[in-house]
Amino acid sequence: MAQGVFAITEQRDGELRKVSFETVSEGRRVADGLGTELTAVLLGSGVDGLAEELKKYGPDKILVADDAGLAEYTTDAYSNVLAELIQSSDPAVIIMGASAQGKDLAGRLAAKLDAGVAMDCVKVQLENGNLTYTRPMFGGKINADVEIEGAPQIVAIRPNVMDITEAAKNSAIEKPAVQLGEVKTAIVEKKMETDDKVELTEADIIVSGGRGTGGDYAGIEALADALGAAVGASRSAVDEGWRPHSDQVGQTGKTVSPTLYVACGISGAIQHLAGMSTSKYIVAINKDEEAPIFSKADFGIVGDLFELVPAITEEVKKVKE
Amino acid sequence: MDIVVLVKQVPDTESLVQVADDGVSIKKQDIKWIMNPYDELAVEAALQIKEAQGGTVTILSLGPEKAIETIRTALAMGADQGVHINDPAAEGSDSLATAKLLAAALKDIPYELIIAGHRAVDEDNYQVASAVAELLGIPQVSMVNKVELTDGKITCHRTIEGGTVVVEASLPALFTTQRGLNEPRYASLPGIMKAKKKPVDVKTVADLGVDAALVGAANRKVKIKSLRLPPERQTVKMIEGEAASDKATALVKILHEETKII
Ligand SMILES: Cc1cc2nc3c(=O)[nH]c(=O)nc-3n(C[C@H](O)[C@H](O)[C@H](O)COP(=O)(O)OP(=O)(O)OC[C@H]3O[C@@H](n4cnc5c(N)ncnc54)[C@H](O)[C@@H]3O)c2cc1C
Ligand SMILES: Nc1ncnc2c1ncn2[C@@H]1O[C@H](COP(=O)(O)O)[C@@H](O)[C@H]1O
Repeated sequence: MAQGVFAITEQRDGELRKVSFETVSEGRRVADGLGTELTAVLLGSGVDGLAEELKKYGPDKILVADDAGLAEYTTDAYSNVLAELIQSSDPAVIIMGASAQGKDLAGRLAAKLDAGVAMDCVKVQLENGNLTYTRPMFGGKINADVEIEGAPQIVAIRPNVMDITEAAKNSAIEKPAVQLGEVKTAIVEKKMETDDKVELTEADIIVSGGRGTGGDYAGIEALADALGAAVGASRSAVDEGWRPHSDQVGQTGKTVSPTLYVACGISGAIQHLAGMSTSKYIVAINKDEEAPIFSKADFGIVGDLFELVPAITEEVKKVKE
Repeated sequence: MDIVVLVKQVPDTESLVQVADDGVSIKKQDIKWIMNPYDELAVEAALQIKEAQGGTVTILSLGPEKAIETIRTALAMGADQGVHINDPAAEGSDSLATAKLLAAALKDIPYELIIAGHRAVDEDNYQVASAVAELLGIPQVSMVNKVELTDGKITCHRTIEGGTVVVEASLPALFTTQRGLNEPRYASLPGIMKAKKKPVDVKTVADLGVDAALVGAANRKVKIKSLRLPPERQTVKMIEGEAASDKATALVKILHEETKII
């Protein structure tokens, strides 16, 4: 019978991505609850150092698939290798991130393994040995509790939601032989934005600006800098060409879950809320006291963002000194 | 080039979504149904490729009787023909079962390229397209915001966290759409008239040769136990003050002392 928990980690350019610590930490909780072993799975090329780093989060075992062909993520090579590792270990539960990689991989693995997937989960609960996954649907208008029949159960967790817990263990590291299988895709180029930019889906704080900015993001950027935050935008701001598509938060943009989301000059349309409603705290700044965003915020200020945002930036700087 | 676009009918994003009395499904009567916004991008991408290189665009959709409206919308935009998997036995299928039915239908439709949305904004599953690609044994590239086709190959700009990767795949292949790819056209009046006469093939689960025990609400691997409204936030705390600086001080004090974020 299938048993054990797999936590699939992610690395890019020699660094583990934050969601990896979330999958391993959540994997540890689930494995402890089920009274079973946790295996962290790492794919890449020359990643021994990263495997060491994973020990901090307490997996019993770390499976490392190390091959030049795994240096960059490709759907075919990664799904082939993972499917083989899964088939030979027969885990009951597989936890991965609902990241760009996880969203690409999940359906492919599901079809290979004939398994069910709970995508973009915000909570994993264990009751009488059964796992229940909570996942927002319809852009967060509804929460569904789902169970998965059969094994393995694949669960992809929403980045930035699960707690990261350090619980170091002297995990056994295994490096099985790797078969890439048939690979029909190739990465020909990678274009990354500047390194110091905080990625929206991983940011702890996001300062977002909408049509109310009139296209002037200087104040928003200064506040984001002071807070160490990422900058987001509404679709209107993107449609106006003020911000790139990659900044868009919402139903047809990114789903984010920061500790703090500051919405400046954003009305709070349902499609915008779809992308940020699982943020821990929401602050709304809007000159219209009737703006719908206030009914979804924890803290609200009515006023002109061009006065308020710089004033808040000054205060933040004072507090941080 | 023969292109197939996977299109799903979903509730309008403005719709109020309510839990039905059974607690595991949504109330369907008051909802306005639309084409999944990401699938509009997919239809537009297919039409642009067809316009540049010739070929056919086929719309494939699994859905109830009503889903024909969405297929007609795609035909009115300019697609050539439709295939509608319409069978009560398929209703309520989960992502994998949906993919099995779509993949089975694709055995009888010629294609070199399949285009889908990267997610349907109903259950937000992000899975059907990649499962279809796997079942057909073809490569996939997801979340694409730019695409080029050159002799037997497709080059896709795939968006990832913090950047873009350019991925090349051999054809036949599948890619999924991301906003930024294009601006979908509206159906023109002549387009709507023409669409009425375009052929739409209707298929049942049995026609596709798929085992009925693998599909439908009763055979989901991902069982919905309950649907509920997300937890309500506490009522908003409005921060008052005379000058902007007073409000700013009060807000930052809360963020620092109460929530301990700063
Ligand atoms: C299918 C579909 C998908 C969509 N997907 C998304 C999505 O992913 N993300 C998204 O954001 N939207 C999305 N939308 C669009 C959405 O419906 C709204 O149109 C959009 O979110 C509005 O953006 P906004 O709040 O910036 O602009 P507006 O609604 O115009 O609001 C601007 C706000 O700024 C305030 N304001 C103006 N000046 C100031 C000032 N000086 N100081 C303070 N406040 C000021 C105004 O009071 C107002 O509340 C989608 C729509 C559809 C139909
Ligand atoms: N019932 C369906 N009929 C046709 N295409 C579908 C169906 N369900 C999903 N798809 C396609 O798969 C994409 C991803 O859907 P999902 O995995 O449900 O988020 C959609 O954007 C469609 O292109």
